[in-house]
Amino acid sequence: MRRKEDDRYMRGRGEFVGDIRLAGMQEVAFLRSPVAHARLQAIHKPEGGEGSVFIAADLDGVKAIRAVSALPGFKISEQPVLAADKLRIVGELMAACVAPNRAAAEDLADSIEYELEELPAVHDMLQALQDGAPLVHEEWGDNIFQQTFVDGDIESVRERAAVRVEREYRTSRQSMAPMEGRGVVAVWDRRLEQLLVYTSTQMPHIVRTGLSECLGLAHEQVRVVAPDVGGGFGYKGILLPEEVCVCWLAMKLGRPMRWLEDRREQLSANANCREHHYRVTAYADERGRLLALDADAVVDAGAYSAYPFSACLEAAQVASILPGPYDFQAYRCRATSAATNKPPILPYRGVARTGVCFAMELTLDAIAREVGREPSDIRLECLVPPSAMPFDNITNKHFDSGDYPECLRRAVKAIGLPEVRKRQQSAEADGRLIGVGVSIFCEQAAHGTSVYAGWGIPMVPGHEQAVARLTPDGALELRVGIHSHGQGLETTLAQVGEEILGIDIERIRVIHGDTALTPYSTGTWGSRCMVMAGGAVAEACKQLRGRIAVIGAFLLGVEAAEVVIEDARVVAQDGRSVSLDEVGRTWYLRPQALPDDVNPGGLEVTVGYKALRDSGTFSYAAHAAVVAVDPRLGTVEILDYVVVEDGGVLVNPMIVDGQVYGGVAQGIGTALYEEMPYDHNGQPLASTLADYLLPGATEIPDVQIEHMETPSPYTAFGQKGIGEGGAIGPPAAIANAVNDALRPLGAEVCEVPITPRRLLRAIEAARASAPVDSATAVEAVS
Amino acid sequence: MKPCAFDYEHIDELSRACAELQGGNARLVAGAQSLGPMLNLRLARPAALLDISRLPELRGFAESDDGLLVGAAVTHAEIEDGLLPDVTRGVLPRVARGIAYRAVRNRGTIGGSLAHADPAADWVSCLSALGGEVVLVGVDGGRRMRVRDFVVGAFHTALRAGELVAAVRVPRLAPGSRFGYFKACRKTGELAHAIGAVFVDSEGGTERVVMGATGGRPVVLEGEGAMAGTGWEEALETSAPGLDELDRRLHLETLRRACELSETL
Repeated sequence: MRRKEDDRYMRGRGEFVGDIRLAGMQEVAFLRSPVAHARLQAIHKPEGGEGSVFIAADLDGVKAIRAVSALPGFKISEQPVLAADKLRIVGELMAACVAPNRAAAEDLADSIEYELEELPAVHDMLQALQDGAPLVHEEWGDNIFQQTFVDGDIESVRERAAVRVEREYRTSRQSMAPMEGRGVVAVWDRRLEQLLVYTSTQMPHIVRTGLSECLGLAHEQVRVVAPDVGGGFGYKGILLPEEVCVCWLAMKLGRPMRWLEDRREQLSANANCREHHYRVTAYADERGRLLALDADAVVDAGAYSAYPFSACLEAAQVASILPGPYDFQAYRCRATSAATNKPPILPYRGVARTGVCFAMELTLDAIAREVGREPSDIRLECLVPPSAMPFDNITNKHFDSGDYPECLRRAVKAIGLPEVRKRQQSAEADGRLIGVGVSIFCEQAAHGTSVYAGWGIPMVPGHEQAVARLTPDGALELRVGIHSHGQGLETTLAQVGEEILGIDIERIRVIHGDTALTPYSTGTWGSRCMVMAGGAVAEACKQLRGRIAVIGAFLLGVEAAEVVIEDARVVAQDGRSVSLDEVGRTWYLRPQALPDDVNPGGLEVTVGYKALRDSGTFSYAAHAAVVAVDPRLGTVEILDYVVVEDGGVLVNPMIVDGQVYGGVAQGIGTALYEEMPYDHNGQPLASTLADYLLPGATEIPDVQIEHMETPSPYTAFGQKGIGEGGAIGPPAAIANAVNDALRPLGAEVCEVPITPRRLLRAIEAARASAPVDSATAVEAVS
Repeated sequence: MKPCAFDYEHIDELSRACAELQGGNARLVAGAQSLGPMLNLRLARPAALLDISRLPELRGFAESDDGLLVGAAVTHAEIEDGLLPDVTRGVLPRVARGIAYRAVRNRGTIGGSLAHADPAADWVSCLSALGGEVVLVGVDGGRRMRVRDFVVGAFHTALRAGELVAAVRVPRLAPGSRFGYFKACRKTGELAHAIGAVFVDSEGGTERVVMGATGGRPVVLEGEGAMAGTGWEEALETSAPGLDELDRRLHLETLRRACELSETL
């Protein structure tokens, strides 16, 4: 089966924000802060710039973006649409410039003069937490958005633990990089008194809510359309100040306005994610069975709390998901969201899980090395067994179903562990070192009200709704509030409709991305769409099926209970049938053929859906990698890569494979390439794709994927959210493989991306501190 | 990220390009693969761009007994694809194939790359090793320079006002000579962190090694035993004193790889 949406994408017929042209449309460019931290003392519009240059003082009635969390101790930040008095990030908006084209708008931005009083910048999350650090928000008194604590009785385990392992880990700040950046076109419709906003977003309804709050408009005065969107990955799950500003300009100037983010804006000012630091102490018995984990985690949350997921998006989750798929006795964690003079931390595929998996899985490998056992073996002893499912773990996460140990065993088998161990016994002809590594994790997805209510961010998901409508010619329209931008939901939701109504997917249209046409939804995030929108579509189609059956049965002269719907026909027991076209035509165009007591709701239903439990599905996966490390150049080549995953019942295995491949590519980016470094002044140092390295086709190995299919007991078809897992496992699996390769040298890498310099430094450090034996090994390769 | 306004002129006569370059804030453009991003980032703000990409004198080539004269506006892709006679026994097409990505090679030119003088550019190191030369043309006539002398520092050449790179002279390589080339890159298309190049022509008595992408002009060692490795560290220390220990080791290792991987042509 081909994806329905691919025809237009492959033929270049997609329509993205950048393709939209409206008569009289003006382009917007922003003057952005050149420094990370300063007081904005004065800003002067150029002569004649009254109608084309706008600053904070012009934004009458516009409110700052606020994303408040109900977590205890959360400190509020207001993200200004245009900065008024203080600048807290390089790239923060200082003025908006309007011109007939982008170059002229940038010329205007160039001509603005301003005076700054520079302040020392907080460039690093650990620095942010030190006494005397500069304050990002003076009124707070410190640089802490929020801290989450999980307490546990580590002491009782500590005394009897034979093994204690201490490590420090870091995952670098990244810029998630969808092919299409952000972009917005806004126009004020005078007839409807309504703002029409085309924006590249994953959550049009939430953007609508956010815009109405910031602009002081009623919901009905805002219509948001997300047309084709060229990749989201979480970066399009936020409200940007640029969106608010462009909308205000469209209202103020009465003309269509457009801003298209360029790659420099995306890299240096907006798309930021993933920056974690961990101090972990793990306790194990003499065989390496994990007994307890004591962790202190810090997430660099940047300067502002992004809407709607807030500044604790990652850290608050870190505390609850660090234990991973394991069962052990004691756990303690403190997780801090630190404020720095860097762009706000945003959700990125795998949210928090990628860093957590990295810290946990490297720790388990460190334990395995300590006790001299195979890393996969010590995992098998503490993974939650299938007999315990469903299982409430140490932080009360409810694992719905699955066989975690089997998943790991399959990955170990597929990667050929014994063969790799054998290969390692003789030296490679090219002097490289071979290593093998695994990682395993579970991924809470499609979690709903009960989970998010406690977090209390501006958006708590409830029932997901879908509209199913049979058209007069017997086709099916499905209207959903989520958005599809690469996930293939125009195909998979149609498959659900086909499954229930027997209508060919070619005759099913999935309508999404327009707040005027679809039911309210929190949108596409958290690997929730196949579970939530899929469940809603299934329920809606089932109800529609009942209505169709009644009309069809009447036309056939039998009772509704005596018909079935097959192949787009209502079929009676004696084999006579009417087509759904006939049913549709009758309801809409020939109602005289129907009895008076026919259901007046007709052939359109709106249904809300929640899973039987809203604590989330837990898909899981084991990743395994074989790498070759060049200890002189510091380079890493991935020789083999395996993913064994369980996403419950797969609606479309081809699409799931695609999700896994894409996620793994991004995970390899996290593991080996992608990094947005900042200097001590808070300046981003990788503002082009020549400096910010993304993996390309030649860097991605041929990934082997194996599926397991353990149904979730709580969802419509047993499906689980599976969209993010590919991006979670690779940094851990690859780093474990690299550290396995480095074992003869006694070196270990605990930070991603594993750049040549980091790798060579690790070897250097091992050389400096190693006992004589491994020092000799280090000499041998250096 | 759009350039400042500039005048654009399509140049159809070499002498006019030189004349216009002499006064005012004009820059030459051919493939625009380096200048384009600089314009868009507004790091370069020329008043005028003089497009020499279709200038017939710069688009041709001429083969002679001792080598090949390549017009400065010949693209990397044309060299890669063998559209020019190859006097280097495969060296030039091979190095061309490793430059950035095909999209860059389709437009980027050999002369433009040398005139831009990015220390990490392949032609700078490769031609320094082979003993290539640039042919410079200015208002006062022409001159020739070795590539290794032409590049005097990072993004810095010996070009004078009103002078441009018209052609590149590539020497004919003798059978039995050796060439090796190795780039330290993490991914396809990335600018190199270190480049090693080695060329040996025993008959002609040439032995030359180059350490490129050091952040300055290429470090060239020449003479019998240049490949042996003695003197590399010292040369690197002298020519690129700003490197830290890891970078220094990377450059030495990269050159060692170039020597190890060198092949008889």
